[in-house]
Amino acid sequence: MNTEITGVLVTFFITLLIAFPLGKYIARVFRGEKTITDFMSPFERFIYKICGIDPTREMTWKQHMAALLSINLVWVVYAFFVLIFQDKLPLNPDGNPGMTPDLSFNTAISFLVNCNLQHYSGESDLTYLTQLIVVTFLQFVSAATGVAAVAVLFRAFAEKTTTKLGNFFVFFTQTITRILLPLSIIMAVILAFNGTPASFDGKDSIVTLQGDSVQVSRGPAAGMIAIKHLGTNGGGWFGANSAHPLENPNYVTNMVEIVAQVILPMALVFAFGFFIMRRRLGYVIFGVMTLGMLTFMIPNFFSEMGGSPALAKMHLANATAMEGKEVRLGVPASAYWQVMTTVISTGSVNSMHDSSMPMSGAMQMLGMMTNCFYGGKGVGLLNYFIFLIIAVFISGLMVGRTPEFLGRKVEAREIKIAAIIALLHPFLVLAGTALSAYFAAHHADINWAVKPGAWLNNPGSHGFSEMLYEYTSSSANNGSGFEGLGDNNLFWNITTGIVMILGRFIPIIGPVAIAGLLAKKKYIPQSAGTLQTDTATFGIMTYAVIMILAALAFFPALTLGPIAEFFNLY
Amino acid sequence: MLKYIIPSVKLTLVMIVLCAVAYPLLVSGIARFAPGQGKGETLSVNGKVVGYANVGQSFTRDDYFQGRPSAVGYNAAGSAGSNKGPSNADYLKTVQERIDTFLVHNPGVTREQIPAEMVTASGSGLDPDISPASAAVQVQRISNLRKIDAQILQQLITEHTEKPLLGPQKINVLKLNIALDQIK
Repeated sequence: MNTEITGVLVTFFITLLIAFPLGKYIARVFRGEKTITDFMSPFERFIYKICGIDPTREMTWKQHMAALLSINLVWVVYAFFVLIFQDKLPLNPDGNPGMTPDLSFNTAISFLVNCNLQHYSGESDLTYLTQLIVVTFLQFVSAATGVAAVAVLFRAFAEKTTTKLGNFFVFFTQTITRILLPLSIIMAVILAFNGTPASFDGKDSIVTLQGDSVQVSRGPAAGMIAIKHLGTNGGGWFGANSAHPLENPNYVTNMVEIVAQVILPMALVFAFGFFIMRRRLGYVIFGVMTLGMLTFMIPNFFSEMGGSPALAKMHLANATAMEGKEVRLGVPASAYWQVMTTVISTGSVNSMHDSSMPMSGAMQMLGMMTNCFYGGKGVGLLNYFIFLIIAVFISGLMVGRTPEFLGRKVEAREIKIAAIIALLHPFLVLAGTALSAYFAAHHADINWAVKPGAWLNNPGSHGFSEMLYEYTSSSANNGSGFEGLGDNNLFWNITTGIVMILGRFIPIIGPVAIAGLLAKKKYIPQSAGTLQTDTATFGIMTYAVIMILAALAFFPALTLGPIAEFFNLY
Repeated sequence: MLKYIIPSVKLTLVMIVLCAVAYPLLVSGIARFAPGQGKGETLSVNGKVVGYANVGQSFTRDDYFQGRPSAVGYNAAGSAGSNKGPSNADYLKTVQERIDTFLVHNPGVTREQIPAEMVTASGSGLDPDISPASAAVQVQRISNLRKIDAQILQQLITEHTEKPLLGPQKINVLKLNIALDQIK
């Protein structure tokens, strides 16, 4: 057991050790300074040339958003049709069928928005072609979209007064060529050498030692699993995601995968500090995020380590919470993963969250409800920025000064945007859950592929948690699930599809708009009366704002789900 | 917005080639040098493949060491966990049944000796491993059926226990059973 707890601590330490220099590197890339990946420059210039992009043309925040939305529109249309017709396209050694339109709608959006909610199972519902040209492709570009959006924030606060905020296509391309691709190649090779398949061979038929015939799914998975983590995407090659022994063969690959998904969200926070030459602000944000992560990590860890109370009553050798977990990974590494994957919006799983203890489930949901402790690729920092602006505003009111952030006045317009964004997430989660609960309770017999009466895999409050988790995960663009939910049917495919798309683009546009509006304003030099935002006091203030908003919005729903289950069990 | 569509389409095509064609081909090429040539590592007995080292398989025969319960019956083409919540009454009944079955098949073993992992389903349904305690609790049964001294089996378990520097101790069930078949 001690080697397992050490394992978790070592994992977190390695993450920090990589994230810090990586943050410095990212800041240099976006500043256009010399880096070790400069050998990519001719290749990037070639890309700009054939695509008709002028890399020197700077964009305003509106142009950034127009470019971002245009390219995302192209991707979603492309993905939708390829998934429907995948059975007629090559590279389908297992003979899997095309997707139904509603499943394709859900899947295309899910990967477009970096959510990777999966209402299908990779082994039987995708072909090798779509695993690569839809799923892997979108995992790269959706992650790069998030980073390109946060790069606008970097630029907005790096200069005094400006409307020129860099070029979207350049930020986007460089994120892929200089950050995601090199890291993915390294990681994919590590995975392949530890036993993750990477060849294009189809299913294998074997006869087992005791004489059963079985088929074993394989495929070029290593590359996809690398970017699924580095890009905080989370969608698995196999149905069981990173609990699958080919997707995550041993404890070392488990460490690599959990480190990989956290390094970039962390690095971007440091990069922000370096880029705008206010390292202290970066450290304070990092500190608050770490505090927030620990707020959920510690209860989750103890709740999982405490074992299952119902099993304890059966008087076995132990009551370890091993339902839905793997022996090679063990409870501590699974608990650590459960929280990390939910606070940073990856949503890959190495244990089945549906089978975790009630308090763990609550912590996983809170990770997604706050959705900004490190957060997803790029968007985590954007979400945090919203709360930061609200904290600036409230602090300003408390001390009776005009709220200011980094030398710009925060005024009514910015606060209105921030308020809308802060309220959108609870609205999407709660409205969705209410709607599904209504159908499950009152229209159990509707003739959908899975009837509402059969949606839930567990009775009572845990069943309610399955629905709450699904919408929380969709709106937070996380993608993990209480997977017992029978979600491949018209209702869930459509509603979560809509929630995912709103939960992605509005929380990108909002903060970028605020940043763009603030960047345009007259720069006010610091004076004795300026509210210091890079202090521990202000950090705690931001933390309080985030936690209070989450508690106000979500506590009643959590009471009906995991909290009720907790009091039933213990 | 329209003026961004054309560069977007072109950039999309470039990125498909880069991220979804060149990248996986490169990884697949490098993986040829990995154990199992990137096709997954297999284990053979007398030149015949009997399974994948990392993919758990079903052992229902009592004269083999058995792995953990699987929600999908060790279907390696359709992995999944049970997704049963810890308070689900039906699920707890299933666990109770597994305990009863285990006790019937392992005379002399008491319920206080059964580790929880042997009566709970794994996350993937394909867990290839069990803990040393889960192997030890099966020794008496196998010893009776195979007429092999329990000491020898205990020795076999010790030899097959992997003790990594970090992470839990574990035994690969397939490797253990291959070795078991070789004891004469």
